[in-house]
Amino acid sequence: MQKEFLHVEKIEGPLLILSEVEDVSYDEIVEIKTRDGIKHGKVVQLYEDKAIIQVFETTSGLSVKDVAVKFTGKPLEISLSKDILGRIFNGFGVPIDGGGPIFSPIKMNVNGRPINPVARKYPRNYIQTGISAIDLLTTLIRGQKLPIFSGNGLPHNEIAAQIINQAKIADGENFAIVFGAMGIKHDDAHYFTKMFEESGVLERVVMFLNLADDPVVERIVTPRCALTAAEYLAFNEDMHVLVVLSDMTSYCEALREISSAREEVPGRKGYPGYLYSDLASIYERAGIIEGSKGSITQIPILTMPNDDITHPVPDLTGYITEGQIVLSREIYQRNIYPPINILPSLSRLMKDGIGEGYTREDHPSVANQVFASYTKYQEVLALAQVIGEDELSSIDKKYMEFGRAFEDKFLKHDFYEERSIIESIDLAWSILSILPKNELDRIEPKLLDKYYKG
Amino acid sequence: MDNGIITYINGPVIKAKNMKNFRMREMVAVGEKKLIGEVISIYEDFGTVQVYEETAGLKIGEFVYPTGKPLSVKLGPGIIGNIFDGIERPLNKIKEYSGNFINEGIGLISIDPNKRWKVNFLVKEGEYLEEGQPFAYVEETPLIKHYIMVPPKVKGRVTYVAADSEYCIEDVILKLQDDKEYELKMYQEWPVRIPRPVKRRFPIEKPLITGQRVIDTFFPIAKGGTAAIPGGFGTGKTMTQHQLAKWSDADVIVYIGCGERGNEMTEVLEDFPKLIDPNSNLPLMNRTILIANTSNMPVAAREASIYTGITIAEYFRDMGYNVAIMADSTSRWAEALREISGRLEEMPAEEGYPAYLASRLAEFYERAGYVETLSGKEASVSIIGAVSPAGGDFSEPVTQNTKRFVSVFLSLDRNLAYSRHYPAINWLSSYSGYLSLLNDWYRKNVSEDFFKLRGEMLKVLQEENKLLEIVKLVGEDVLPDDQRLILEVARLIKIGFLQQNAYHPEDTYVPLHKQYNMLRMIKLFYDKALFAIKKGVPIGKIRQMKGYSEILKMKYSIPNEYKDEFDNLQRNIEEEFSQILKSYEGD
Repeated sequence: MQKEFLHVEKIEGPLLILSEVEDVSYDEIVEIKTRDGIKHGKVVQLYEDKAIIQVFETTSGLSVKDVAVKFTGKPLEISLSKDILGRIFNGFGVPIDGGGPIFSPIKMNVNGRPINPVARKYPRNYIQTGISAIDLLTTLIRGQKLPIFSGNGLPHNEIAAQIINQAKIADGENFAIVFGAMGIKHDDAHYFTKMFEESGVLERVVMFLNLADDPVVERIVTPRCALTAAEYLAFNEDMHVLVVLSDMTSYCEALREISSAREEVPGRKGYPGYLYSDLASIYERAGIIEGSKGSITQIPILTMPNDDITHPVPDLTGYITEGQIVLSREIYQRNIYPPINILPSLSRLMKDGIGEGYTREDHPSVANQVFASYTKYQEVLALAQVIGEDELSSIDKKYMEFGRAFEDKFLKHDFYEERSIIESIDLAWSILSILPKNELDRIEPKLLDKYYKG
Repeated sequence: MDNGIITYINGPVIKAKNMKNFRMREMVAVGEKKLIGEVISIYEDFGTVQVYEETAGLKIGEFVYPTGKPLSVKLGPGIIGNIFDGIERPLNKIKEYSGNFINEGIGLISIDPNKRWKVNFLVKEGEYLEEGQPFAYVEETPLIKHYIMVPPKVKGRVTYVAADSEYCIEDVILKLQDDKEYELKMYQEWPVRIPRPVKRRFPIEKPLITGQRVIDTFFPIAKGGTAAIPGGFGTGKTMTQHQLAKWSDADVIVYIGCGERGNEMTEVLEDFPKLIDPNSNLPLMNRTILIANTSNMPVAAREASIYTGITIAEYFRDMGYNVAIMADSTSRWAEALREISGRLEEMPAEEGYPAYLASRLAEFYERAGYVETLSGKEASVSIIGAVSPAGGDFSEPVTQNTKRFVSVFLSLDRNLAYSRHYPAINWLSSYSGYLSLLNDWYRKNVSEDFFKLRGEMLKVLQEENKLLEIVKLVGEDVLPDDQRLILEVARLIKIGFLQQNAYHPEDTYVPLHKQYNMLRMIKLFYDKALFAIKKGVPIGKIRQMKGYSEILKMKYSIPNEYKDEFDNLQRNIEEEFSQILKSYEGD
């Protein structure tokens, strides 16, 4: 029988400080027996006979007198089997859909372990999302981590939903979706549930929900539970798993809250100095392992506070993930969906998954040319605002025409509109052909001769 | 009892008592799992240890075991072509022990002790050997002859030489007699934080040729020099580092993936064996050593990975090789310092970084140099460090302090990257401090007027920058034609010369003589066009010239091993101009 410890010295925010403990290990899970039932926590620091415990649920109502703590000797583990598909869990991995617990001999540590770089397989297969701006310019690769940098009120949920809807077809039968919600609103959670239902994928979705009013500490564990489930499905069940994590900004704020409760030395904007390592321990759990048929593709969503891309959360995320899709409020206000600002958007892995043998030979140069010409359009636009559009030179007027056609015909989509990757490339050619041939300096001459439509 | 007893655990930092017999920077084994750690402070009976593996599961009261030696690496055959973690443990071996995911408690493993190498001896019994002198070699890869050297501070008369045969690294293959007897094996151990000794340093005089036009021509790096590549995310730091690792003309490349993406290391592992070195026609993996501490691997080992890498680089330098080391990214290393410093509750300086950040950076970059080795050979270590400034803001402490200790600064620009101008090296804010030192070499080996051309081109780019300010306000049309010509020539330089396509088989690596000829063509066009404009030829006409678009495309259309293509292009341009001039003079 395991010992119970009664000597609580201090309760502060989500932290509980126990003294006179023995045989406790770092990072293990504890059960806290209180008047209102059992709560859980984990050991975050040990000092002589003292242990600092981070409590996953709320600490309100706890008292130093009537609390008994039991150490389980194990890190946080969740039970996994194929039965998790179609189920809903809380952020701590406990079912909340009334369907009863998961019984399985397989229990996995939610902290995971780093994938050995020599065991990885470099991702090369593209996923067709049916959205032109993503497929042509920031191609999503299976095994990639490609976040959506959004802002409050922008349609990131819709874009994620559209990607899930349209990407599923290419995956055939062997796909699954893991949805990890950290601090999102009830109506957002509802939107996703409804969308999964409508597109008929609900029985392939595993949801881990930590809503905005759920305990903050649970939020730290939520993405780890979700990714552990994803790893199980990908590497034990050979499935292609798409993981959507929303909203990473709430996650980071939770981390900051706990860090400040622990009186740690703060880094930028009060976020802890280890924010980079902590985020990496989540994002790096995407990829493909040599010899395994499955894969984990991550689409984390984050809302940039004040639309600021240099804020620590998007900044550190961008350094870890393999590119980013950036949404723009300005484009959205012009009633363009999806409001993707293509210039700061990037997919680092697309270079090896597109072009001859993957999509089409001209894809890389066309993508490059669109970026270059659209940059030029931005410059011309700025000039037109100063001197008026009529005063522009004839070539600059062509750029204005190009830019408008690009936004109205290429960028703009209907929520249910799906374009194949070849359709998107052809569409790009027809818009690029507005410009004279000698302006297209990023495309090799022989491709220009073959595809230019002017 | 000499073991320490753990009293405090906080992430990768532990404290223990009964530590008075331990030494500062001593390597220790922590807890029942024997995790690897290093003593980083001692106070009376207490010691602080940073642990290079995950500490979850560790308990108060477990022991800390001494090893009696500082954190060191084994240096011997089996390093090249391998991929190691931050403390020189081969990742392939770790995979054999713990599968696809990295576990802790594997212990200290290093280069393969069982592999047998064919050893060829260079000395006989009775010879007197000085420290650093090579006494045998092993063909480690078809590219690299691995010399087995007498370790520093060891010398003596040879009393025993093993027969030419196959040995593994633990076999004694040579004995030396001085005031005591030394038994030499095929490897030596060296503490990573101490620079390996050299006889003396030479001044810098040779460039590290990279085949990247913007670097070789505009901001050259030197053999034995230091360079930093700062840039926000998505500006192409890693891409530039990969290009340098692939094509620079060093003999040995050490690539440290420090706190970066797992997939990037996999990419190098998959790509390099397929890529062919332009100088030797052998796969690049034959000269490459990889060190990987990806962003999700333990943070303390990230701090060590930089030292492990530079120590390996110095070891190959001591054999007489030119070694280049790429550290991607030094900011992650600085953040590892900050993270550990924070857990030690040290007083933070700027942005939470410890006050010793600058001195640590200086210590690292000063390990580069063009030297005479102990055995009297000329060799070098060049360091190219990527910097990832938070928010892309170059005023942050790591970028600023790095700037103080490096001579080449290749500043990556977000706006260039957005318009897919790669490599996105900003020509206005980058610099190279080696220009005057390398002047002679370029004069002798490329051309007398190379740097003069470079200067003129850079001037055009600077003038363009000023003109663009005006263009932004009033449009291009109002400028006089000679100023509009500057904009056009700048376009030739930017698109025709500076932009380089890493995925194009010819354009990914461009030899210096082609770079020179490309510059020459642009200059020729500029001079001719300026003359034509003075004679009244409108700029619109010049822009439509065939020569103009041929210069834009010459990087693709003229092969690296060109014959008379540049002469033809020159003739075409000259003829086209004389025709245009004729038609205008005729009016």
